[in-house]
Amino acid sequence: MLFYIFRRILQVIPVIIGVTIILFIILYIIPEDPARLILQKGATEQALANLRAKMGIDKPVYVQYWRYITQLARGDLGDSYRYRRSVNSILADHYPNSVKLALSAIGIEIVIGILAGIISAVKKYSFWDMLVTISTTLAVCVPVFWFGMIMQVIFGLKLGILPMSGMGDGSIQYYILPSITLASVSTAYVARMMRSSMLEVISNDYITTAYAKGLSPSRVIGKHALKNAMIPVVTLIGLDLGALMGGAILTETIFSWPGVGRVIYLAILQRDAPVVIGGTLILVLIFVFMNLVVDILYAWLDPRIRYQKKEINV
Amino acid sequence: MIKTKVIQDSYNNKVLEVKDLKTYFYTDAGVVKAVDGVSFDLKKGETLGIVGETGSGKSVTALSILRLIPEPPGKIISGSILFNGNDMLKLDRKELQNYRGNRISMIFQDPMTSLNPVYTIGNQIMESVIIHRKLKKEAALKEAVRLLETVGISEAIKRLSSYPHEFSGGMRQRVMIAMAIANSPDILIADEPTTALDVTIQAQILELVNEIKHKTNSSIILITHDLGVVAKYADRVMVMYAGKPVEFSTVDNIFYKAMHPYTLGLMNSITRLDKKKMGKLNPIKGSPPSLIDLPEGCIFRNRCRFSSDICKKSFPPLREIESGHFVACHRAEEILKKDQRAI
Repeated sequence: MLFYIFRRILQVIPVIIGVTIILFIILYIIPEDPARLILQKGATEQALANLRAKMGIDKPVYVQYWRYITQLARGDLGDSYRYRRSVNSILADHYPNSVKLALSAIGIEIVIGILAGIISAVKKYSFWDMLVTISTTLAVCVPVFWFGMIMQVIFGLKLGILPMSGMGDGSIQYYILPSITLASVSTAYVARMMRSSMLEVISNDYITTAYAKGLSPSRVIGKHALKNAMIPVVTLIGLDLGALMGGAILTETIFSWPGVGRVIYLAILQRDAPVVIGGTLILVLIFVFMNLVVDILYAWLDPRIRYQKKEINV
Repeated sequence: MIKTKVIQDSYNNKVLEVKDLKTYFYTDAGVVKAVDGVSFDLKKGETLGIVGETGSGKSVTALSILRLIPEPPGKIISGSILFNGNDMLKLDRKELQNYRGNRISMIFQDPMTSLNPVYTIGNQIMESVIIHRKLKKEAALKEAVRLLETVGISEAIKRLSSYPHEFSGGMRQRVMIAMAIANSPDILIADEPTTALDVTIQAQILELVNEIKHKTNSSIILITHDLGVVAKYADRVMVMYAGKPVEFSTVDNIFYKAMHPYTLGLMNSITRLDKKKMGKLNPIKGSPPSLIDLPEGCIFRNRCRFSSDICKKSFPPLREIESGHFVACHRAEEILKKDQRAI
C-alpha cells in the first residue's frame, strides 16, 4: 500500500511540470504588455523599458521560463498587475473561504447524495425512488445561477429567514444557500451514480452469498454492497472535490462569496495575468492532489487495484 | 436450538420435507413457472441429487428452500418447506436469518463471483462464525484457520489475509465450502458446485464435500446436470423437467430401472466407455417447453417417443409405481414392462 502511494506521488511530478510549461506559454503569448498594464497610460518609453528589464520580460523565452520556475520553486506566484500585492497573499486571503464553501457543499453531496442513492436502489420503484429520480433530474437540468437566484428570492427575500449574500460573520446561516446551490448538481449526480452502482452490485452473486450466510439486509447492504458500490462514487466525489476547491465561479459570483473563484473571475476581467495563472496553477495542483487521494482511496476500497501483493494487509 | 449430532436411524429421519412447492417469476412476458409443484424429502446423512437440464428449476428449488428468491420478480406462491418440522415459509426475517448459513447453508455455482472481492477471505469466513455463534474476534480467527485447514487450504493463517482474486477457482470453491460448513449445518445445498471448475478440480471438490458429509453426518442436496456425479455421490435422485419432478427414486433405480421417458432420454445421451459399440449419441429431440406457456397435458409429450392420446389430456401426477420409486408418466408401467431401453 505504501509503495503504491509512493508510486502515485512520483507520477504527479511530471504532471506538475507539464502544467507549469502550459501556463507559462499562455503567459508568454498573451498579446499584452504587462509594463503598460502596471504603469498605465502616460508612462514614458524609458519607464516602460526599465520596468520590462526589471521584470525580465525582455529576455529570451527560456530564460523567462527558468526565472518563472525558480520563482515557483520558492513558492512565489509573482505579483498582481492590478493590486500592488503578491498573488500569494491575494490567494491566501480568499482561498480559505472557497475551501470552507467547498467542504460544506461536499458534505451535502456525500450525505444526501449517497443516502438518496442507496434508498432509491434498495427500494427500487417505490415512492422514494420516484422522488429521488424526479428531484435529481430537476437538479441536473436547472442552471446553477438560476437555482441560486430562486433560492435567494425564496429564502432571502420572501421568507427572510436566510441571508441573501456575502459571508457576514461567517456563521452557519451564510453557508446554507451557497453550499446547497453549489452542491445541487453534483449531489444529483452522486445520487444517480450511487443508485445505478448499488443496483448493479446487489445483483451480484456475492450478495446472494451474504444473504445465504444469514446476514441481515442492513448488514448486506451496509457492508457487502456499499464498499463495492462506492468505488465509482468515490471517483466522482473526489474529482468534484478537486473542482469545487478550485472555487465555484458561478456560485461565488451570485452570492458575492469572497472566494478564489470570484477573484479569478475578476482577474480575468482585469487581465491580471499573474493572478489568473497563479490561481489556475493552485487549482490544478489541488485537482491533481485530489486525484491522488481518490486513487489511494480506490486502492483501499478495491484490493484488486493495489499493485503489489506483499503490500496487502488485512 | 441444540443440534443432534447423534447418528440416528438415518433412513427414516427426515430433516427436510418439501411439499408442492411453487415458485413463479412475474416478468413482462408473462408468468414463468420456474418451480411448479415440487415435492421431496431429505433424510439425515443422505445425499439427494437433483438433476435436470438448464432451466428445469433445480437452482430455483434450492434458492426457494433458503428463501433467497429475488422478490420481485420471483415469489414462492404455495407449498411448504418443513425443516425439522418448522415451515421455512412461515418464518419471519429474524428467524430465517438464524437458519441461513447456520442450519442450512449453500455453496454456489460460480466461485469466481460468489465471494466478495473487497473483503479478505478471513473476514468473510469469520463473519459466518461471528454472527451465528457470537464468537469473539480471536476465537473466530482460530475457527477460520481450522475451517480453512478442513477444506485443505495450506498455510491457512497466511491465506486469511488474502483477497478472493488471489485464489484460483478451485481454491475459492474451497473457501466457499469453509464458509458453508462454518456452523456445522444440518443441510448443505450444493448448487452445481463444480460446473465452473476444471475437470480435475471438480473431482477434488466433490470428494471434499463427500468427506465433510461423512464427518459431520449432515445431509446434502447436490444439484447438477452431470449424471456421472449423481451416480457416484447421490443416494437418491430427483429428475426435474420444466419445473416439475418427473422421476424420484434411489440412484440404482434411476440408472437401471428408469421409467420416465425423459430419464431414459438422459441415460441414452450419455457417452459410455464401457460399451464396445456405442454408435451415435442419442440426444433427446426438440427442446424444453417455454415455462411461460406450458403445453396442455404432459409437459414432455412433444419430445416423447411414447406419447399417446392420454398424454394430451392431463399432466400425469407423480405416482409411486414401485416402493420408493415415483414417476410422473401415464405409461410408466408399460415402459417398465417393455424395458425399452436402448442403452
